[in-house]
Amino acid sequence: MSLFRTELRRLAKRRFARWMTAAGLLVLALIVIGMFASNQKIGPEQWAAAERSAEQEYQNQVQWTDQERAACERAKAAGTDFYTNDCTEISPPPREAFESRWYLPSTFVFRESFGEMLIPLAGILALIGFVVGASFVGAEWNTGGMMNLLLWRPKRLTVLLTKLGALLTGLLALALPATVAWFGSLWLVATWRGTTEGMTSGTWQSFLITGLRGIVLALVAATVGFALASLGRHTAMALGGAIGVLVVGQVGLGILLDMAQVRFTEAWLLPTYAYAWMTKTVTLQDWRACNATYNGECRPDTLDITWQHSSALFAVAVVVLLGAAMWTMRRRDIT
Amino acid sequence: MPAVLEIEGLRKTYRSRRRGTRNALDGFDMRVEAGQVHGFLGPNGSGKTTTLRTLLGLIRPDGGRMAILGHEVPETLPQVAGQVGAIVESPQFFPHFTARDTLSLLASAGEVPDSRVDEVLELVGLRDRAGERVKTYSLGMKQRLAVASALLKNPRLLILDEPANGLDPGGIREMRSLMRNLAESGMTVVLSSHILGEIQLICDSVTIISLGRRVAFGPVDEVLAQHSSGGVMVRLEAVADLPAAATALTRAGVRVTTYPDHLMLAGVDKPATVTRLLAEQGLYVSELAPVAVDLESVFLELTATAPVPGQHRQVDQSVRIDGAGSSAPNGGGWGA
Repeated sequence: MSLFRTELRRLAKRRFARWMTAAGLLVLALIVIGMFASNQKIGPEQWAAAERSAEQEYQNQVQWTDQERAACERAKAAGTDFYTNDCTEISPPPREAFESRWYLPSTFVFRESFGEMLIPLAGILALIGFVVGASFVGAEWNTGGMMNLLLWRPKRLTVLLTKLGALLTGLLALALPATVAWFGSLWLVATWRGTTEGMTSGTWQSFLITGLRGIVLALVAATVGFALASLGRHTAMALGGAIGVLVVGQVGLGILLDMAQVRFTEAWLLPTYAYAWMTKTVTLQDWRACNATYNGECRPDTLDITWQHSSALFAVAVVVLLGAAMWTMRRRDIT
Repeated sequence: MPAVLEIEGLRKTYRSRRRGTRNALDGFDMRVEAGQVHGFLGPNGSGKTTTLRTLLGLIRPDGGRMAILGHEVPETLPQVAGQVGAIVESPQFFPHFTARDTLSLLASAGEVPDSRVDEVLELVGLRDRAGERVKTYSLGMKQRLAVASALLKNPRLLILDEPANGLDPGGIREMRSLMRNLAESGMTVVLSSHILGEIQLICDSVTIISLGRRVAFGPVDEVLAQHSSGGVMVRLEAVADLPAAATALTRAGVRVTTYPDHLMLAGVDKPATVTRLLAEQGLYVSELAPVAVDLESVFLELTATAPVPGQHRQVDQSVRIDGAGSSAPNGGGWGA
């Protein structure tokens, strides 16, 4: 227990962890401020303004078509070419084509938009988890801190897993309040700059589960970063590995699969699984296939990537990488 | 006296596809008794640090037996680790933490009271700089911090690898008296160093390692005596008598080297026999001095690492002592 408390203290004292956390929270705060600034509450004034804008737009169209029709008549009288011979064809769209709601300012509807807003939260928490997780063990290895610790506590696996436990606890201590604050701040944005109407217990439950999935994603990312840095005994191993996977494994693989005309190339890319984890399902489409419907419409083949697929992938990644990190921790000499 | 540290037949082999096989430790033996300051000497690459790392559970041995304070290690190392303070090689600490934070975190991990942190900071002279980040420290200050971290547990066995690295002359002297005080308080200290003058001053006993094997061990005096080869320098009242004296001594079985103004004798057990023998021949000694040998010359002789003009000795170029009998040239010492 003393080791666990010590590692929590060490994590809290780490400057990099503090800066990363502050930077992540700052980005989240900027998103909230941006949402607040770019949305408006819709009231009679906004509806009236939208109505005026719709009318204005309609009048512009009428004016424009009048000018065009006149130009057409002049061209016809002069015997010159115009894009149409029948000037009566040039007529404005009907007034009902200009719906007022299209001219309403952006408004934050909590029920419709909050689910998607949980994705950037999960992404930022996962990034903090990965980088801090990698640094927490990587920097210890390459500054000799791990060796010092092992001279005091010569139980390698206990030390490694206690460090991981402290990291995940620290991340949870950040992610839980951050998620609660995210719910609260966007609720306030919706209250002042949108609407919170239509919320049911089912919607709340769905949001809570998505929020929890975001926290789990961050914990998985932290574990993977920690395991990679532990394997390489350097923070750069995890960061370099992540960049390598993104650039070579994802961008390069995406291009290669496209060139090879492989179907559903996104199914090979990690972000698809992260997105599926958060949204429960991602439906991939293959537009090269044409499935004709009874009315002659061409529909693409589809492939559903579900959160169950994602959870299997994450579980395998955590088991393989953490298992390898534990094995090397136990077997490799510390020189 | 009970042994605080015992190593028997320790072996460690590094295998590499490119560089082949290298025996870092090749049946190494060591024994350190309680309350002593024990010097652990060897040329670069001889296996000193590998021995210490293996002893402390950082490296897995390929064979042999080790025990600390009567506990077999590495099997029972967790039980005994609280009584062993160690620094291995150059001091390494997280650069952005202060010295106090560094020690406080170690104390917390080892369940040592936080008050001990101030005690050891005072002891190593870092009290007034304890709030500064380690990255601002000089090598000598880091070294002091490393010693402080090793002392934090108030250990029964203190293992220090090159503790005087980077210390100024005053610091070296302070370190010397600290070692002595610790030993007097009952702590056993194992000291690895290349500053052989210091070792000779501080240590009660030494072990010398070369190419992964022990080449000498025992109390410092005994190791020196057994490698002094009974050298005696003799001057006579009349330089003209030197040839006659050389002849008489050679007949008596003494190995003699003649110089223009003196004789150098080897293999002399008791210098008094020389005066008696020469006096019987009517030759009178004006000066007779046993040739003193220091630890540095013994070290260079045993490890065959003395510099040779015109040659550039490579790391690992050292003496090979083969056979069980010859691995302990001064077999009269303790701890066989």
